[in-house]
This record gives sequence, C-alpha cells and structure tokens, in this order.
Amino acid sequence: MAGDPEYRMADPATQPPVIEAKNLDLTFQTNDGPVHALKDVSLQIDKGDFVSFIGPSGCGKTTFLRVIAALEHPTGGAITVNGMTPDEARRNRAYGYVFQAAGLYPWRTIEKNVKLPLEIMGFSRAEQEERVRNVLQLVDLEGFGKKYPWQLSGGMQQRASIARALAFDADLLLMDEPFGALDEIVRDHLNEQLLKLWARTEKTIGFVTHSIPEAVYLSTRIVVMSPRPGRITDVIENDLPKERPLDIRDTPEFLEIAHRVREGLRAGHAYDD
Amino acid sequence: MTDMSRTGAMRAGLGGGLMRGMAGTVHHVMPILAVLGVIVALWYAASVGMNRAWTLDQAERAGEELSAGEVIADAMNQERPVLPTPHQVFAELWETTAGEPVMRERRGELRGNPRSLFFHAYQTLAPTLLGFLFGTTLGILLAIGIVHNRAMDMSVMPWAIASQTIPILAIAPMVIVVLNSIGIEGLLPKSLISAYLSFFPVVVGMVKGLRSPGAMDMDLLKTYSAGTLATLLKLRLPASVPYLFTSLKVAIAAALVGAIVAELPTGARFGLGARLLTGSYYGQTIQIWSALFMAAICAAALVALIGLAERVTLKRMGLAR
Repeated sequence: MAGDPEYRMADPATQPPVIEAKNLDLTFQTNDGPVHALKDVSLQIDKGDFVSFIGPSGCGKTTFLRVIAALEHPTGGAITVNGMTPDEARRNRAYGYVFQAAGLYPWRTIEKNVKLPLEIMGFSRAEQEERVRNVLQLVDLEGFGKKYPWQLSGGMQQRASIARALAFDADLLLMDEPFGALDEIVRDHLNEQLLKLWARTEKTIGFVTHSIPEAVYLSTRIVVMSPRPGRITDVIENDLPKERPLDIRDTPEFLEIAHRVREGLRAGHAYDD
Repeated sequence: MTDMSRTGAMRAGLGGGLMRGMAGTVHHVMPILAVLGVIVALWYAASVGMNRAWTLDQAERAGEELSAGEVIADAMNQERPVLPTPHQVFAELWETTAGEPVMRERRGELRGNPRSLFFHAYQTLAPTLLGFLFGTTLGILLAIGIVHNRAMDMSVMPWAIASQTIPILAIAPMVIVVLNSIGIEGLLPKSLISAYLSFFPVVVGMVKGLRSPGAMDMDLLKTYSAGTLATLLKLRLPASVPYLFTSLKVAIAAALVGAIVAELPTGARFGLGARLLTGSYYGQTIQIWSALFMAAICAAALVALIGLAERVTLKRMGLAR
C-alpha cells in the first residue's frame, strides 16, 4: 500500500503536473441513448493550484472530478494523476474526496468517522489517534471528537468530512460542491477557513461549485464548463493576492474576474433554457 | 434447590422484560385497559352464548327449570365448555404455574413436572431459542451471499420465498420423522422447524439492510480503495442493524410457532404444542386456552426482550436520539 515517493523527489522545475487530462471523453450509455458527460476535455493542474470548476448542472464538472478520483472511467482520451493512472493514484492515496453532503456515518462519533480511512488503510492505533487530533484541530473541531454527527450543525459536519479527507495526508483534495447545502453565512465562514487551510497545508485542490463568488474568492484558476456535451469553455487565471479577506469580494479586481466568469458561462450558452 | 432457582430466574427474566416494556408505555395504559375491558365483556358474552345450549340440554334431561341467572352462572363455569370464560382460563393458568413446582421428584430423580405450564413453556422455548439462533445465523449468511454474489442474488431468493409458501404443517412431520429415523430426537428437530420459519424474515430484512447504504457512502469507501470485506464490516453491517432488529422481532415469533407446530405431528408429551394436542384429545378446552395464553405471553416476552436489546444497541451505536 506504500505510495511511490519518486514523483515527490523530482526536481520542482520538471515536476510533473498533479493532473494532466488530454482530450478526455466520457459517454454514459443510458436508456434514453448516450449522454456525452465529457467531450474533449484537456486540462493541467499543477502542484499547489486551487482550481475551481464552475458551470450549470450537467456540464460535467462533477464527472470530471470523479474521473480524477477513478470513480468514473473515461471512454476516450488520457488522464494521469501524479503521473499515474487514476486507479493507481487512488491506491497510492493520492487524494481525499469531499462530497456534497458530509456523509458521516451516523453510528460513528466524529473521531471515529475521521478514523474510518485510517482504519481501512491500516494505520497503527497510536498514529490514528495522533492524526485524528491533528486534523480535527486543523478544521477547528477540537473537543467535538466524541460527539455523534447529528449533534453537530451542518457546517461542522462538513468540516468533519474535510478533516476525514485530510487525515491520511493526500496532497490532492477533491471537493464536490462541499458547501452547496449550507447557508450563505456559514458558507462564507467555511470559504475563509478553507483558504487558510489551503495556505497552511499547501495542498492541491480541485473544487466544484456553481457559485461565481465562491469560485473567484477561492481559486487560483477557474475552469468554466458548459453542458451538452460537457466541455471546458474557458480557463481563467485568478491573480488576486493569496491573502484574501472576505471583503476582497467588493474590490473592482474581484468583480472584474467575476464578470469574466459570468461572460464565460454565457458564452457557453449555459443558461439557454 | 435447583428447581427453585431456575423458576425464579425464569420468572424474573420474563417479568423484567414485561415490566420495562410497560414502563415505557405508562401513558397508554388507559386506552389499553378500556380495550381490554371491552374484550373481556365480549368474551364473557360469547362464552355464555356458546355454552348455554349444553346447560339447557342438561337441565332438560334432568327435568329442571333454570332461571336466566342460573343458566348464565352455569354457562360460565362448566367443566368442559365450548368456550371457557376468562376467569376459568386464568384460574387454570394460575394453578398450573404458581400452583405447581416446575420440577418434581419421580423415581428418585428430579424431573420436569408435566402439570406445570412453566415446564411445558420451557420445553417449547428451548428449541425456539436454538432454532431462532440457527435461523438468524443462516439468514444473515444468506443475505451476505445474496448481496455479494449475483448468482446467489438470482437463485436464493426465489427458493427462500418458495420455502415459505409450503405449509409448515406439511413439512414438520416429514422433518421430524426423517430425523427420528436416523436417531436425532428431542431438541434438534424442533429447533430445525423453528429455524425454517425464522430465517426468512432475517434474509429479507438483512438484504434490504445491507443494501441500504447510498451511492455516496459506497463511493466514499471506494476513494479509500476499501475492499469488499472492509465495506461489509465498516458500512454494510452497521447500516443494517436497525433492519436486523425489525426482522428479529418477526423471526422470534415465527420460531415459537415453529416449535409449537413441531410438537404436534409426533405426539410430543411435553411442550405447549403437546399441551394443545392433549387438550384437544380429551376435550380439555380450558387447558387448550391456557396453553394458548402461555404461548402468547411467551411470544410477547420474547418480542419485548428483542425490543429491549434493540433500544440498548441502537443507543450504544448512537443511532437512537
């Protein structure tokens, strides 16, 4: 189960991209005929990037994330994660995945939920304890380890699920609309915390959202996608400073980028119907 | 000494389960009492209605004239009534439980007392519990197989359903006779009939329970590259626990029915089923009804015990709020 450490030792200048997708196609066969979830998607994500995927429902943003995670398999094109196939990368614990809902097991306490991947991956008991303590601290949930999920608010549950994804030290964090079900105040707070966590841990993050402000506030790059077939219509570099207080969202620079994202979405005829 | 302590333990066990069951439903007591009152009144009315023909017939033969009050009093207290009255049944229940030792000295040995209804209940409960254990184990194993193996999914369920459509009264004698002929007697054949009836609800409930985790729960484990075993242990089994308990309640009642039915075809001498059978041979309707009540009390107590285990388990798992 030990990961192949070689890619990490490579010279930073020639370091391979974390994710490299070339002409990716994915067609689902459904009863109503084939659905082109992804068509000709090419994208490179480098180490330390925070990449947001934005677009309307059915644009393939979640599907793309699931392809990276080897939860779906492309029907055409090529993709590597850390230089490996997605399946290999997963076996090497390349990524932690955060779902739309927290998905904590109700019969496990928060602590035990965070331990779940560690138990499956065979970490020693002492190491499990240590890691649980660290990641719960990282998401500001110290003292809540013994609680059951239903005793926590939705935002806290989602933080616990982020802790669970961080517990085994994957360098890549894949997040599928993690804050979509939360109210705006909680969402702002979690966005702020996520940025701090990203700065502290230097993870590479792939983040699916359909909120333009969220995408602009969080990312270094914004990938705009459009449906039928799911494809990338624009990739916007976000050069806002790394340090982003919440009120950066009122600055002209922020609004300028948000405007470009909106234009990109419109260009993809995303809101035709 | 042993008989005393065993009786005591048995009573405490049954009583304890019932008491706790009652404690949780104190606020429902009034409606229950009202319904009970209506049932008892109807029961008395039915008894009088069904037994008075005999009373009148006897009086006519004796050439006596009975007043209406005398007819009712006699119809309520016949020795072999068509339908015994509640006080007759409960008097019989009391005499055969509190009034008789469970064990007694016979030919220098301490044996079960066939006049004690507790002894008969024990004779039926032992195979019930053993069969329930067999049936539950088999049911869980089959469910695990069905969920993980497509061939089993396609093939086992139809057979399991078919097995339940065959009347147990047709199967029981064959099983008992076949096993008797190869020298297996007593507890085991009876418990096999119990198992036969009790595995089915467990299979159905557990298949549903093991399949209850959603796509996201399964995907989460996939992202950890979790294998089939880890998925079973960490997700499917814990998720199926509430379903299991629901099935167990049905299964244990079915197991009791199985054990009673298993006593009928072989002319068993001991057990609630044997008690029903001898009662019907000799027209002892009061004995039949008291055995029926004992069976019902046993079933209620067993289901209550599982309900208790359910509450404790779910609370410990954090699933009960």
